[in-house]
Amino acid sequence: MTTLTINRKPVEVQAEPDTPLLWVLRGELQLTGTKFGCGMALCGACTVHLDGEPARSCVTPIAAVGPREVTTIEGLSGPQVAVLKAAWIDVDVVQCGYCQSGQLMAAAALLRQIPKPTDADIDAAMAGNICRCGTYPRIRAAIHQAAGMQPA
Amino acid sequence: MNMTNRHMNRARLLIAGGWLMASGCLQAQPAAGASAPAPTLRPLSQFSNIADDKQRSVALFVEAGKVIQHPRCLNCHPSGDRPLQGDGMQLHQPLVLRGKDGFGATAMRCASCHGARNFDATRAFSVPGDKHWHLAPIEMAWHGRTLGQICSQLKDRSRNGDRTMAQLIEHMAHDGLVGWAWAPGAGREPAPGTQKAFGELIEAWAASGAHCP
Repeated sequence: MTTLTINRKPVEVQAEPDTPLLWVLRGELQLTGTKFGCGMALCGACTVHLDGEPARSCVTPIAAVGPREVTTIEGLSGPQVAVLKAAWIDVDVVQCGYCQSGQLMAAAALLRQIPKPTDADIDAAMAGNICRCGTYPRIRAAIHQAAGMQPA
Repeated sequence: MNMTNRHMNRARLLIAGGWLMASGCLQAQPAAGASAPAPTLRPLSQFSNIADDKQRSVALFVEAGKVIQHPRCLNCHPSGDRPLQGDGMQLHQPLVLRGKDGFGATAMRCASCHGARNFDATRAFSVPGDKHWHLAPIEMAWHGRTLGQICSQLKDRSRNGDRTMAQLIEHMAHDGLVGWAWAPGAGREPAPGTQKAFGELIEAWAASGAHCP
């Protein structure tokens, strides 16, 4: 039995300690917003936050999470995130959508730390999140738009 | 759990297989069984017959150089802002940058993917990890330099993290992240010999005057 804090709530999970966090989120807890892409930390689809920092849940055993707070796409919230979601819809970023929860987790972490990111900041922060539809120009535009819409 | 396992493995075959082939990543990750046996380090006893201190010192450093210039070490002592990866020393995929502190860019940190220990993703490939996973500072760049240049650099306190020779020996012989090079996980060749043997070579090199090739 492992106790995790997921989306601000303590959760007891039955999985073995070496089970990847992603499997627990999707299989045991039915939090299916976080996606399985490659299982090797190469694509970013499974990105969650651990204490606000992006982490690849497919290669993070639950034993390695410790006391850090897990945030998934289901729990990603706050004024800054609301603006980000609005920009995402306005720019019509999504094509197939499979990578998008990971993209939003990465973008939210970037904006929290750099409220007005440059193209270079965005490229560096988002490079680990692959989009097979190639929505990168719209992802970048939506992040800029969200940055511009934020109260100074 | 078994159902989940099967499900995930199927998904991995369908999704990751296609993605990896499309991106050419498999080239960077040869199967564990494909690499030749790791080369070893010659023990100190094989250097004791070199009477001249300088010659012995240089010979010891050249032997230690098999470790220092091994991909396990050079990949994270890059000359640019991007680490290298794999036995073939390709630029790291995905694109990652050293950032201000050597631990990655904002919101794309080394620890976003690299945990406190290696993670076996498949039998043939692990995602490497260590508690302190990060790049050596740019002043400690080794990639693209000769062993003689690296040797001079190691002794220069402005380019070795302000370490005394004793601290340098301690770092080489006992540091945990350095030690990862001998337990790098599936899919990559370990550094030659052992960290202990490497530390002994460096210590003997220092004791014989720390001469450079």
